[in-house]
Amino acid sequence: MAEHILEIQNIRVRYAGLPVIHGLSMNVDKGETVCVLGSNGAGKSTLLRAIMATQRTFEGKIFFKGNEIHRLQTEDIVKLGIIYVPEEKMLFGPITVEENLILGAYVLEDKRQIQHNLDFVYTLFPRLKERRDQAASTLSGGEQQMVAIGRGLMSNPEILMLDEPSLGLAPILVDEVLDTVGRLKKEGMTILLVEQNVREALGLADRGYVLQTGRIVAEGSGRELLDSDLFRSAFLGI
Amino acid sequence: MTLLDVQHLTKNFGGLSANQDISFALQRGELVGLIGPNGAGKTTLFNCISGLHAISSGKVVFDGEDITALKAHETARRGLARTFQIYSASGDLNVEENVMVGCFMRTRSTAKAKARAREILLELNLSDLGNALVSELPVSAQKRVTMATALGSGPKLLLLDEVAAGLNPNEIEEIMINIRHIHDDLGVTVMLIEHVMELVMNVSDRVMVLDYGRKIADGDPKRVAKDANVIKAYLGERFVREHGEVLT
Repeated sequence: MAEHILEIQNIRVRYAGLPVIHGLSMNVDKGETVCVLGSNGAGKSTLLRAIMATQRTFEGKIFFKGNEIHRLQTEDIVKLGIIYVPEEKMLFGPITVEENLILGAYVLEDKRQIQHNLDFVYTLFPRLKERRDQAASTLSGGEQQMVAIGRGLMSNPEILMLDEPSLGLAPILVDEVLDTVGRLKKEGMTILLVEQNVREALGLADRGYVLQTGRIVAEGSGRELLDSDLFRSAFLGI
Repeated sequence: MTLLDVQHLTKNFGGLSANQDISFALQRGELVGLIGPNGAGKTTLFNCISGLHAISSGKVVFDGEDITALKAHETARRGLARTFQIYSASGDLNVEENVMVGCFMRTRSTAKAKARAREILLELNLSDLGNALVSELPVSAQKRVTMATALGSGPKLLLLDEVAAGLNPNEIEEIMINIRHIHDDLGVTVMLIEHVMELVMNVSDRVMVLDYGRKIADGDPKRVAKDANVIKAYLGERFVREHGEVLT
């Protein structure tokens, strides 16, 4: 059996003192795109924060390539190649697009590698190249999302975790952002995706997990989930 | 009967024109959707109408009065309320107290504000949450509390800024029921910015579209959804292909 690149065993996590995740287990294999679905408050973002250790896991274990990581510091987890693109994007508004991107490569030392990654990001998002010298705060919502994803790609991630990348975007930009995720998947990137655009997300993903009040209540391929009664009542309102 | 009349409104930020020569009118009792790509100037337009931004040129008339030069607290007193994309209520107050903040616009009596807040929470199916801290609520409930707070100020016109973003279909349905109640039963005129097309197409009498700070379409929702410029700037061919049922 192939070793999972990411394996979560029975974790419990609190947020603001309240238990949010109660004994959750899941895994991601190399090259897979796995999506996590669930209502607001189900614990999706908390799960990603627990993996990054910005939220403490007080029970259970998280393994990355077979090594325990839940007691590491966040910066060490980033160095291992786990990258989190938060829902709030958290760009540095006053500095340029290119400066924001280069900050994403702070764990790399090889200048040529950084330039290579920058070229890759500009190939993926030609619009960012056009706007490289503009302050990030002057970009539209869709473009800012591209910068956030691009910044995540700058450090050669082994797994890219995206938290609702299409939130608050116009329909045409939702397409664009999810197309990008599809392109990264084709490039062989391992992706953990939290999304509210359930149909599109499941269309992209190899597998999905459904999170409800801090527990996994269903898992399966996109098709299996879309057909399950639980899922249809919880997400599609039918 | 015209409630809001916006005439040639322009708002420049330095060299950037966020709203360019926008004119439209809202009739009393209308429910109008405002859509457009991110960065098109939708929230800026709300900010200009409500007096949060001073406009560069043009005129805003509300309920027969020129409110162009008025500040946000002054337009609110005249019956123009709005919600914000990012919830800005006090997390230390519970839901009922947050709604009371809105109610104090119309009364100085704590007892009256409390009574009115309870009525509103009942009307919006939020009574169960009255004692909860807003910061502990899921996003969908927080958004509905912002609508309740705005409603507390007794508005004639309610501007809603992306109340359905990030919600699942069941939560969108709850918000839709609230919006319909505010509009249909309480008689409030509503303008809403939204990317969730299920909501926009379902509730709007009329849809207006902004792109690069200009109005590019305005009219019947179904007709606007078929407009070539709107598809090109906002909806995208794929959305129309895959979600066409939402637009009819």
